[in-house]
Amino acid sequence: MEICKPARAGTMESNDIYIMINPNPRGGILLQLESTVMLQFGSQIKHTIMETLEGLGVENAEIMARDRGALDYTIKARVETAVKRSAVI
Amino acid sequence: MGKLRRTMLFMPGNNPSMLQNAGILGADSVILDLEDAVSPSEKDGARILVRNAIKSLEFYDTELVVRINPLSTIYAMEDIEEIGSVHPDALMVSKATQQDIVEVDRLLKELEKKMGFEIGGIKIFPLIETAYSLENIYEIVGASKRTVGVLLGAEDLTADLGIKRTKSGEEIFYARNKVALTCRAFGIDAIDTPFTDLTDIEGFKRDIERAKGLGLTGKSAINPRQVDTIHEIFAPHEEEIVYAKRVLKAVEDAERNGLGVFSLDGKMVDAPIISRAKTILYKASLMRNN
Repeated sequence: MEICKPARAGTMESNDIYIMINPNPRGGILLQLESTVMLQFGSQIKHTIMETLEGLGVENAEIMARDRGALDYTIKARVETAVKRSAVI
Repeated sequence: MGKLRRTMLFMPGNNPSMLQNAGILGADSVILDLEDAVSPSEKDGARILVRNAIKSLEFYDTELVVRINPLSTIYAMEDIEEIGSVHPDALMVSKATQQDIVEVDRLLKELEKKMGFEIGGIKIFPLIETAYSLENIYEIVGASKRTVGVLLGAEDLTADLGIKRTKSGEEIFYARNKVALTCRAFGIDAIDTPFTDLTDIEGFKRDIERAKGLGLTGKSAINPRQVDTIHEIFAPHEEEIVYAKRVLKAVEDAERNGLGVFSLDGKMVDAPIISRAKTILYKASLMRNN
């Protein structure tokens, strides 16, 4: 999927994650993550986001994620929602 | 029936914290809501979140029902396709009409074929919340063999009627009777409307007693704190269980002695009393297994 316009998904509530996605004209995936559990789960959250993007066929995007302790199912759901809101198939 | 549905607990479909606790709150069923609890701008996000929750989370033996948006909206088709593909126990159809239930049944059948699921495995709960639906409830329930229960939605129903919703509930006396009788005729569950004042505990108890007294078999809840009170009131009382066991023992004795008609504690025992005793013991056995 191609990221065509900026989009948002999720909330800043506890157990949720807020995803902001933008087109990346320079190419590739640029991921910035802030998390309340950065030290313990930062790399795992990044891995889940990247894996979800790959599954959706996203190759170029800038992503800012603000995590409030979301489980994997929520991270995947919010990334997918943001991508679908920003993309054309 | 077969499944105990004393409580059906509504949970907003776009709230991860609540979704991940849905299986441990003690309700017999949870209703993950994609309709009223979700704003139009978040319908897509909630649908994806609920789909993932069903795929990934453990709900133990809690029945998983998803309330989809009315078929008249642009959201309904995607709700059915996306949620149906992860096989919830049931879909709840808002503002249901007979045509809606026929259509949901057909769409689920197609989906079940495509996904390789057992045909008819995903059940349906029509939500009766308009005057039209209430007056057509017999046709609505009869429209699909998937239907395992009906939920009465009194807030929308009284809004449709243009009347005030009160705690004493005189205005829904007829609706409760009609739902209870129709469900009994079809052998399915009749679930009462929620009680929305969380601070009025005594009013809440009276409301449950009233619904139970009219033949409704369970009640919907809007807060986990309501679950235990509903279970307590819908449980057969100990003395009812003891009496029911005595009735069935007396039936056995009478049959052994060749008696067609007999009495217990000076009162004649006939078919309705035996039937009620069996129902009480059946409910008690379901509760033991939960």
